[in-house]
Amino acid sequence: MTEITEVPSPFCGIGTDDLSIQVDGLDVKVIENGCAVNTPAFEQAVTDTSARVDGKDVSLEVAVAQAAELLRASNQPVIGGCATDVNGMRGVMALADRSGAVVDNMNFTGARRNFLALQDTGWMNTTLAEIKNRCDYFLVVGVDLEAFSPRFFERYLWNEESMFLTDTSQREVVYIGKAPSGEASTSPAGGKAKILPCADADLPEVMAVLRALVKGKKIVAENICGIAVSDLQAVAEQLKAAKYGVVTWAAGTLNFDHAELTVQMLSEMVKDINTMDTRCSGFPLGGKDGDQTANQVCGWISAYPARARFSSGFPEYDPFLYDSNVMLANGEADALVWVQAFNAAAVPPQTELPTVVVARSGMTFAKEPDVFIPVGTPGIDHAGHAYRLDNVVAIRLKKLRDSGLPSTADVLNAIEQAL
Amino acid sequence: MLIKLTGGTVYDPASGIDGQAKTLYVQDGRFVKRPADDVKIDKEYDLKGKVVMAGAIDMHTHIGGGKGNIARMLIPEDHRNDPVHRSDITRSGCGHAMPSSFTTGYRYAEMGYTAGFEPAILPINARQAHMEMADIPILDKGGYVMLGSDDYLLRMLTAKKDQKAINDYVAWTMNAAKAIGVKVVNPGGINAFKFNQRQLDLDEKNSHYQVTPREILQVLATAVKEIGVKHPLHVHGCNLGVPGNVETTLDTMQGIGGLPMHLTHIQFHSYGTEGDFKFSSGGAAIAESINKHKNITADVGQILFGQTITASGDNMRQHANHGFANPNKWVCMDIECDAGCGVVPFKYRDQNFVNALQWAIGLEIFLLVDDPWRVFLTTDHPNGAPFTTYPHLIRLLMDKSFRNDMLATIHPEAQKMTTLASIDREYSLQEIAILTRAGAAKLVGLEDRGSLAEGAWADITVYTEDADREKMFEKPDYVFKDGELVVVDGKVVHTKWGTTHIVRPDWDISVEKDLQKYFDRFMTMKVGNFKISDDEITEDGRGSLTTHGLNGVT
Ligand SMILES: [Zn+2]
Repeated sequence: MTEITEVPSPFCGIGTDDLSIQVDGLDVKVIENGCAVNTPAFEQAVTDTSARVDGKDVSLEVAVAQAAELLRASNQPVIGGCATDVNGMRGVMALADRSGAVVDNMNFTGARRNFLALQDTGWMNTTLAEIKNRCDYFLVVGVDLEAFSPRFFERYLWNEESMFLTDTSQREVVYIGKAPSGEASTSPAGGKAKILPCADADLPEVMAVLRALVKGKKIVAENICGIAVSDLQAVAEQLKAAKYGVVTWAAGTLNFDHAELTVQMLSEMVKDINTMDTRCSGFPLGGKDGDQTANQVCGWISAYPARARFSSGFPEYDPFLYDSNVMLANGEADALVWVQAFNAAAVPPQTELPTVVVARSGMTFAKEPDVFIPVGTPGIDHAGHAYRLDNVVAIRLKKLRDSGLPSTADVLNAIEQAL
Repeated sequence: MLIKLTGGTVYDPASGIDGQAKTLYVQDGRFVKRPADDVKIDKEYDLKGKVVMAGAIDMHTHIGGGKGNIARMLIPEDHRNDPVHRSDITRSGCGHAMPSSFTTGYRYAEMGYTAGFEPAILPINARQAHMEMADIPILDKGGYVMLGSDDYLLRMLTAKKDQKAINDYVAWTMNAAKAIGVKVVNPGGINAFKFNQRQLDLDEKNSHYQVTPREILQVLATAVKEIGVKHPLHVHGCNLGVPGNVETTLDTMQGIGGLPMHLTHIQFHSYGTEGDFKFSSGGAAIAESINKHKNITADVGQILFGQTITASGDNMRQHANHGFANPNKWVCMDIECDAGCGVVPFKYRDQNFVNALQWAIGLEIFLLVDDPWRVFLTTDHPNGAPFTTYPHLIRLLMDKSFRNDMLATIHPEAQKMTTLASIDREYSLQEIAILTRAGAAKLVGLEDRGSLAEGAWADITVYTEDADREKMFEKPDYVFKDGELVVVDGKVVHTKWGTTHIVRPDWDISVEKDLQKYFDRFMTMKVGNFKISDDEITEDGRGSLTTHGLNGVT
């Protein structure tokens, strides 16, 4: 039995790297600094150790050959999931280039709301250490942050010391939209977050009014979607009075039509505030299921985010057309490769098409895929790299145990070679 | 495998060879002595009449790191104009302003380049820079780690820590980030922007730390020298793009008191305030100052007309310039109490007075700096123009009549504000070889590169003489990397992986105690997880590290 400290997590998105983990053979136990997201993700047992073809155990070589065979017979494969580490994603890109596949990260339809805003007007954003040390006003839009990331407040807002705030417990936290599910946002001094609740679908209107108020426009109505305009006026004034305000949102939870316009509205509001003699930054939440990793690696290898097609022999990007779910539903794809090294519960979409699954050991299926290859989890079974939600920091994942499972990169590179 | 390169006209400034016919021999990746007559030659290339130089080295090009990837994400419409097909030996990608990583490697190699150095590696983003560069084929690479706006250094300065402590911190950071040089960008300015300061002149104080850019330059230039790093402190100065910044730049050169210092993309820091538009050339004054101060080197950061995207650590200045974004979208980021970045698409237009004069100022500096060993050919890719414009730039330097033809087409008021037409200088092939090979290798501190001498690595470019220097330099006959033929007639025929060049200056172990405390109190990762280990570069079997020597440390 060994104990490993300062273990970084690829699961929570916020790059916690202070976990202590006990390893006993294949058993992993989080003994310090676990959370509702990380602990079960680390502790999940290894069950499958053998690859399968048509439900029968086979050698890795046979499974790889069969996967290559299916891809050879395909005119338009899609590689979905794309939830893995940097080397795994490099493997995805090489395989897609070789087989003319579509690459589509499983969180892209949510992330698209950010990319559309980014590619239309851009933004001004910040990262975790700046929040930890500088943020004096924290506005949460449309997300239950502690459910998204249980340790966010503990690590980045209620930290004991900061370089530029004398008392971190005096930071102000305001929610617009979804209310928090627990008390994590209550400061150690007892200060409660201010909550201005509204339905998700009302956020476009509420954010438009907030931006107008920031810009000093008169609003005639007294109430917007259940929120008093005077309350929004107060938020606008506080954002402008703050030295380093931060506005956060999670694209994945903005589940309404044209949510990209809401992302754009708040990003433009942040830009406006930076012309009003103070600083303010946006902070998009994400980083789960390897989504930032997928976008970063696809970004440098293809120049596009992780929804790109390679069947023309070069990368083409379309955030709508190359949605793998839409392609499967419309009969535009003829084979599916599902890559998911982190989360055994994230199963491939249902399809009658030939399916190859390269996924974390323990994934169970309603319909057995043609080929299933269990792989090790980055940060548990092998070393690797994963991006944190703020898109700047890649964490160095450690190998904790010897499971003998191949990495995503091993498997995908072998399939690519077999082609 | 023994290769013979027969009878080419060799330009190898590192060995003092200037256009002499010479036969070269290559074995196991390096140049070797002429073998005995009975030794079998495996492959011979007849290079009679061809121009032979070492592989070119770009000492300042943004090819790895977060801001480049933000730039890629920001402009899909630019990529769509330049799709790059895969082939049996090459990967697909996109080109133009901010090419994908594989395309970057191929296109550099196809122009005869065999190494590129990323000049702005944020310590916290160094992993990404190395991972991106690990996906650039053929080229050797490396980078300069950015300091000067990091809160750790500024706290040290406020606390009046001694130079020795700063040296240890700089050396530690270079090791942790796997760097070969140290860069400072808008010294202290990126930090000041976080405190809502919108400009920071050389003697202006950071409102929180009460530290000036001049002090930061002084301690960092001293540190780089004292820990023995050969590449001088790499400086992106104050007030980038601001009319009148020529005074600040002259003061920066004068003020460093003889310490080695490299001023990067100096064109952007050479502006006066004369004339009807209150924007004028400081090119002559800058060149004169460089000529006078032998401790100073500079790369130009030439602009060339067309669409590009600017990606800089200097978010203070990028934010100030966001109104020029074309297309109108841009990104600024504050980053991890370390630095920041700003990404602004830009279209330089020859009929825009300011852009036209920027073009002329860059060329003035190239042509008025006397010593080719102290000036370097860059466009600050992609900030002044994409690196694929280098052959055009070389023609502008080598061909006065072509240059003057171009000059005649730019904004007429800009023509009046530049002395370019009166400058007769034309760069020789040997001088181009100094700027892009021998000088660059010396400046970066590379051993056994940028030269065709025995023992050096066989990075070689072979051109066909052509009076049209643009045509000549955009399509080499052959390019060899580490003795392997990678390009024929300007097309990649074979790919391989280059090495990552680093230095490992010594540091006192005690520095890490303070850093550990700092990381635990204020940062978002453990100090042990911050440091990049060797195996992160080498474990995929493609990457390697080449450690270069240091100057004698006193
Ligand atoms: Zn630069």
